[in-house]
Amino acid sequence: MIDVAFVVFAVAAVVSGYRVFATDSMVRASFLLLASFLNVGAILVLLLAEYLGIALLFMMTVEMVVMALFMVMFMMNPAGLNPMVMVHQPRLAAAAGVAATVGIGVVAVVAEFPDAPVETGRDTIAELGAELLGPSMLVFESAGVTLLATMVCAVILSSARGRYGDGYEGSLAPPLEPGGDHRPEDDLVDAEGGDEHAGQGGHG
Amino acid sequence: MTLVTVLLVAGALVGIGVWGALAQQSFVMLMMGIELMVNGAILAAAGFWAHAGDGGPKGQVLVIVAMAVMAVEMAIGFALVAAVYRARQADLTEDIGSLKG
Repeated sequence: MIDVAFVVFAVAAVVSGYRVFATDSMVRASFLLLASFLNVGAILVLLLAEYLGIALLFMMTVEMVVMALFMVMFMMNPAGLNPMVMVHQPRLAAAAGVAATVGIGVVAVVAEFPDAPVETGRDTIAELGAELLGPSMLVFESAGVTLLATMVCAVILSSARGRYGDGYEGSLAPPLEPGGDHRPEDDLVDAEGGDEHAGQGGHG
Repeated sequence: MTLVTVLLVAGALVGIGVWGALAQQSFVMLMMGIELMVNGAILAAAGFWAHAGDGGPKGQVLVIVAMAVMAVEMAIGFALVAAVYRARQADLTEDIGSLKG
């Protein structure tokens, strides 16, 4: 029974993972990625990592909904209405993907791993909680502080306004020698021409 | 459901992620490839914990670290996409071929 469920979830995870890059609509792609994550979460539950499986499920649902919003913002080909090529170096990429899969597969089949499965009936969730708030507290806290730093960085990076006004106002390149002249050509944003972005955006 | 089958599935997910991250032009799709790779890594780590780790809780802590990495990657990635788009109006990898700006 567990084996059947594993095969179903595994096939669904891999197929939906593949479909992410084979579909035209990027919104569909993000929900297919969500499907892949949900199936992996289900496999985690089958592997007796119930807490991690459920956590992955909740986390990925929220994350993929946010991702779908970004997909709408940066969509190249809405609903497949604008047929276009969204890939580059396809052969190299496919070869690298196959090489990665085959490499991991060979290691998985050839290598000998210790056979020490989790005993059923063991309260793995309670053990995980005691571990996180006990011996592995440093890991847990580091992850928390890293996420806090991430939030700060994300806000700073994506903010339209910086300390001196516009987000790129303060981004003046320093002079080459101390006290030298500021060289406008080093600036991050071209000064002349008003809207420096006109015409170079778009997708060809 | 053995460790080998779990690792094979994880390897397939990682391979698809490598393919997607290298082939896609859009930054957001590229990040989805990276997410898929981390997805495979999570599955492999959970498989090792369940089949070869004696059930000790430290294996699960590794999975939690991988999940935190995924959240960080996604948040910083989207912030970078927004910053690059604001500076260059670029949402394709080809658009930022030079490092200046």
